[in-house]
Amino acid sequence: MRDQLREYIKAHMIKDTSYPLKDDEPLITGGLVDSFSLVELAIFIEDTFGVHFDDPELTAANMNTVNQILSNIEAKQ
Amino acid sequence: MSDLPITPDRRPATLLEQARWLARERPDETAVLLIEHEGERRLTTHDFFTGAARFAGALEACGVKPGDLVVLVLQHGEAVLNGFWGALLLGAIPSIFPFLSDKLDRERYFDSVRQLVDHSGVRVVIASPELHVPLQERLAGIPSLAAVLNVDEVVGARHAVPLQEYLHRNPAQPDDTAFLQHSSGSTGLQKGVMLSHRAVLNQIAAYSAAVNLSPDDVVVSWLPLYHDMGLIAGFIMPVLQGIPLVLMSPFHWVRDPKILLWAIHHHRGTLCWLPNFAYNFLATRIRPAAITGLDLSSLRAVINCSEPVYAESHRVFLEQYAYYGLRESALATCYAMAENTFAVTQSALGAPPKLDVVDRRALMEDRQAVPVGTRYIVSLQTTTLVSCGVPIPNCDIKIVDEQRQPLPERRVGEIALRSDSMLTGYYQRPDASAEVMADGWYFTGDMGYLADGELYITGRKKDLIIVGGKNVYPQDIENLLNDIPGLHPGRAVAFGVFNEQLGTEDVAIVAEADTDDLDARADIMREVRARVAQSTDVMARYVHLVDAKWLIKTSSGKIARRANREKFINEVLNKVPEQR
Repeated sequence: MRDQLREYIKAHMIKDTSYPLKDDEPLITGGLVDSFSLVELAIFIEDTFGVHFDDPELTAANMNTVNQILSNIEAKQ
Repeated sequence: MSDLPITPDRRPATLLEQARWLARERPDETAVLLIEHEGERRLTTHDFFTGAARFAGALEACGVKPGDLVVLVLQHGEAVLNGFWGALLLGAIPSIFPFLSDKLDRERYFDSVRQLVDHSGVRVVIASPELHVPLQERLAGIPSLAAVLNVDEVVGARHAVPLQEYLHRNPAQPDDTAFLQHSSGSTGLQKGVMLSHRAVLNQIAAYSAAVNLSPDDVVVSWLPLYHDMGLIAGFIMPVLQGIPLVLMSPFHWVRDPKILLWAIHHHRGTLCWLPNFAYNFLATRIRPAAITGLDLSSLRAVINCSEPVYAESHRVFLEQYAYYGLRESALATCYAMAENTFAVTQSALGAPPKLDVVDRRALMEDRQAVPVGTRYIVSLQTTTLVSCGVPIPNCDIKIVDEQRQPLPERRVGEIALRSDSMLTGYYQRPDASAEVMADGWYFTGDMGYLADGELYITGRKKDLIIVGGKNVYPQDIENLLNDIPGLHPGRAVAFGVFNEQLGTEDVAIVAEADTDDLDARADIMREVRARVAQSTDVMARYVHLVDAKWLIKTSSGKIARRANREKFINEVLNKVPEQR
């Protein structure tokens, strides 16, 4: 799951598959993902892992790192 | 049409005269319907102006007088609408500042508020509760500033509101400045566009005619109010014309885009203004399950404005929503800018905008729009432009060369305009005003051509990048990168590349690095992306590090932005698409 998420972010958001994305790297405040992409990411997560995020959950406080997103997904599974 | 209060033949002298008329004649009609997380809230005209008067009282208690500047640093919601009109009731000049987002760096954001307040001599700032204390600290000591008000204290005050007294004061004359719209400047410091009551009302009269506005219309908007499209089309025009406005916050919409569609459905929305990217966003980011039973047939126009318009974006939007009742004839376009209050041109309503298929090479190299007919529509040698329509009734446009001499039809040049809804000037910036205004004309800096009287936009001067409706100047981005360790100072270039999937531009940065170490390069990329996001609120999609001497320079030693953009597209984007 971690790899799938990481690869998706690299391929679709950063557009650079060789980018050494760290699991604790800030995605939103780090300028890698913006609010439009966050909606796209939520759709990917729902399609791939079957976990739905409500729109108030899609914030920098909640979704800023790969680790954070993963723990949010796991908490919902 | 004849039932609208403001028409080309009949218009009030000031916004306040119109407020007085609305409060007297239409007190119980819906002014604004707010779509909030908690549900919907209806404000009648009476509620709306009573709320505004509450703000007028709080501002007056701080000593605000006619002509004073009032800046609103507020989330989208009832308070920002009321605060704006509260300042107007006093004859003071309101201006809405973009709200702090998740991405922006707080300190840089506070700096930009401080700069504005200090340079423009702002009298009062009305702040959201969470920003009130930090702003009070950051703005301390600015001589013009009387107070930073906490919006909750203004709204919560329970004293009587003398609405009638405020409505009958007449503190403003037609040529006084009604409000400021801030347009981003390439030097970092924002320019305040001064608009008089007369200019605003002329725009409302002319633009209402251009879109055949009628008392049966319902405007639905998620647009930010610090931008001309949201402020005029999505707030001032419907309120002044007594037409219901269904309004939601851009922060709410971007996380849950279907709320716009359901608002149109439930309130039988007829008019909606959107920047180009929103067509793609709405077409691709909403699941069919979330819009079962949706009916968009009430829409008579969806108007594409404020970003370059792409035929493909219209196509994907129509393809997705025709099933839900969206008519092709509802597609429309508009060219607008804060300096003309809002609209300059508008496509004819009731038919989709015209397309012009022209020879790509002639357009790029000879700056000539040579039509090739429809036989070659799908071809690398052609490019398809979408018309932005004809000038609205109060507006003339001409295309000029670099000496500001008129060019014939189908020749690409700078767009100049003349109207009775133009800016008075930039606030306290006569130098900036003189640069762009001459002999009654405003020189827009945008490039385009006229064909059969219709305007086609081909580009922006100063290499402006428009990302999701937000303007960003490449110079501002490049200036942020000068002191990043590992980058050669002054050897970075920023530009926009069109993202077809998103229907808007991505920011790309190419910079010369002095290290081959992969970890060091990754750290540089991190720093570049973080700085851009935290300072400009847009994301740098591509950060491409190259070795020394990669960037093309002009003969005078400056970085050639366009040439490097071409090089990046050819060598990086188009070369190995599977690597991206």
